[in-house]
Amino acid sequence: MQRIGVFVCHCGTNIAATVDVKAVAEALGHEPGVVISQDYQYMCSESGQQLVKNAIKEQKLTGVVVCSCSPRMHENTFRKAAASAGLNPYLVEIANIREQCSWIHKDIATATDKAIILGKAAVAKVHLNTPLNSMESPVVKRALVIGGGIAGIQTALDIAEAGFEVDIVEKQPTIGGKMAQIDKTFPTLDCAACILTPKMVEASQNEKITIHSFSEVEDVKGFVGNFTVKIKKKARYVDETKCTGCGLCTEKCPMKKVPNEFNMGLDNRSAVYIPFAQAVPKVATIDPNYCMMLKTGKCGVCSKVCSAGAIDYKQKDTIIEQKYGAIVVATGFNPINLDKYDEFAYNQCPDVVTSLELERLMNAAGPNGGTLLRPSDKSHPHTIVFVQCVGSRCDDEKGKPYCSKICCMYTAKHAMLIREKYPDTEVYVFYIDVRTPGKNFDEFYRRAVEQYNVHYIKGMVGKVTPKSDGKIDVQASDLLANEQLHIDADMVVLAAAIEPDKTARPLATMLTTQMDTNDFFTEAHPKLRPVESATAGIFLSGACQGPKDIPETVAQGSAAAAKAIGLLCKNSITCNPCVAHSNELMCNGCSSCEKVCPYGAITYIDKEFRMPDRTTKIRRVASVNPAVCQGCGACTVACPSGAMDLSGFSNSQIMAEVDAICK
Amino acid sequence: MNKNLKEQVLRSSGVNVLKCMRCGKCSGTCPSYDEMEYHPHQFVYMVEKGDIETLMNSKSIYKCLTCFACVERCPRGVEPAKVVEAVRLAAVRQQGNNHLKPTDIPGMLDEDLPQQAIVTAFRKYAK
Repeated sequence: MQRIGVFVCHCGTNIAATVDVKAVAEALGHEPGVVISQDYQYMCSESGQQLVKNAIKEQKLTGVVVCSCSPRMHENTFRKAAASAGLNPYLVEIANIREQCSWIHKDIATATDKAIILGKAAVAKVHLNTPLNSMESPVVKRALVIGGGIAGIQTALDIAEAGFEVDIVEKQPTIGGKMAQIDKTFPTLDCAACILTPKMVEASQNEKITIHSFSEVEDVKGFVGNFTVKIKKKARYVDETKCTGCGLCTEKCPMKKVPNEFNMGLDNRSAVYIPFAQAVPKVATIDPNYCMMLKTGKCGVCSKVCSAGAIDYKQKDTIIEQKYGAIVVATGFNPINLDKYDEFAYNQCPDVVTSLELERLMNAAGPNGGTLLRPSDKSHPHTIVFVQCVGSRCDDEKGKPYCSKICCMYTAKHAMLIREKYPDTEVYVFYIDVRTPGKNFDEFYRRAVEQYNVHYIKGMVGKVTPKSDGKIDVQASDLLANEQLHIDADMVVLAAAIEPDKTARPLATMLTTQMDTNDFFTEAHPKLRPVESATAGIFLSGACQGPKDIPETVAQGSAAAAKAIGLLCKNSITCNPCVAHSNELMCNGCSSCEKVCPYGAITYIDKEFRMPDRTTKIRRVASVNPAVCQGCGACTVACPSGAMDLSGFSNSQIMAEVDAICK
Repeated sequence: MNKNLKEQVLRSSGVNVLKCMRCGKCSGTCPSYDEMEYHPHQFVYMVEKGDIETLMNSKSIYKCLTCFACVERCPRGVEPAKVVEAVRLAAVRQQGNNHLKPTDIPGMLDEDLPQQAIVTAFRKYAK
């Protein structure tokens, strides 16, 4: 005979204001098998848990139903309480009467009715609950970091520091990411390369870190502690182990008209190239879209000049398979495409540039050697207009609804640097709001205004028109003076919104992690678990989770590393015992379950069965690996013969819940 | 502040003026800016405040070209030109009150007159 205890939580007024909790406790007290039914103000509190524990001991309960918040919130709390009172934790059921009841209803009578029904369903289920015991699963002591920008580098360095092996997968030929393209960093104006390149070198020299540059993640299988990842090393037509990075091939390559991605296409590179002088690994890569040898079979100059014999035109993509305990996503961001913003003439006029292009134009390693010149005629610009919020804070299909966060500060930096270096240049900044929350950020912005006399104008540029004399007419509003301005500018700089890298979405699918509508990865909890994804063992680092500046990215990179280290430290982790199992007598070996299993947990075995007539027969039946199964239940739905069942969520339990609701 | 007028302008324009984030791109883009006493961004703000009579009495409502550049470029989808149009409509409807009564219609009917024209005439000349 079952002895079930029901505990109804008020959750302060969260539940009690909309649901008559006393009536719920009263009604559920009459359900079959229920021996005690109580309500309490905060069931998750220490004294609330004590109430449950005491009842388990005094009433010798065989099952517990807690009517409270979502099981995602406190299921674990009550399971632990039950376990400490000697009851198997899987004999506890939660009826969600907060998120699924009190928070979404207004009428007390109907909400109370619904809460009672949800409670009855949980009681019906708990009648059929069986004790389950968790298993242990070993943890592979190796981490994968996807993305080799500053976020990925910081995460990898911290994990390696703790003594674990780390692999960085970077799709570009070098690590460094966006920070390598940046000239100076706010608010201290130290040079980005000077602080980044030592970290890149540190990563490459750390014996615990393996860098897979020019590589992409192809496939992810497995689960927390035991992921199996396929990494595609794209053919770079250069043997990484032989190339010394001398750069002779890049000098001699006759194909020199390739747009240089590192300089945002503002100058050209050769078909065989090293992205920049401090690249890590400093290894050449051949661009197959431009290499004459690969396209026509005629050339081979790089191979002739390479004294190390590193050029290999026959190189193919290779796939590496590796096991990892934890995966950190650090895929970063890109500025948005500005094709839809005709009013800013970005595609018409070479002197209208994005902020990232301006970084390259001002960088000593950039196309002009650090002298700021107009891209069109290489003349010195005397008037520069900055436009803020281009594509940020937009409520239309062209832009992004969020604030890109970094633009106010980098624009203040650009304006200040230009005024410092070229005092004869007038700088105008059109802003909607100047947002500078951050240590020493507002002081920095005020310095641009007060010390450097940058003209900040509250208003927005409406139209940019290139003129025949080479100047650019900028038509804008000055909201405070209530007038429309026309500025004769030499250059216009657009603070383009930033968006997650395009590779993030397919990656999220592979990792079964969640994304928001803007394709930023969703953290497990917006306040309390900011660097973990909702999928166990997957962590988030940097701008893939939301717009971030460098200090925040580094902080989050280290935080993600700490979480990954916490996982890798363990020798084994407790697995969820709610896994699928197959009734071999009913299984007809059709393979339906194997096809739908997203974790590869189901295999088929040939097993000997004794038949009623005392003969034996070998039949093909499904077998579930409980360490790999994540309990998603897809197989139980796919199985045509009803042989598959999920412990803790068995077909009979779910039917009992449905019956209780429909009664 | 005339609450009914504000309601009327909001309803006939179909614009949610609260979406405006005060960036001023509408006024930055407006080709008739210099001709106007009140500019597109002011229309949106003044309608939000309910200060509609001032706008109705200003020549600005006739200076808007209805070119929709502000509608096209507004990052928040506020559609300022529709607000201007609605204020203009409110002014036209009010001046001289009812120019057209339903009882006048039968005598004016013409076989070639599209029904749409009657509706439009009501919009323009009736309260």
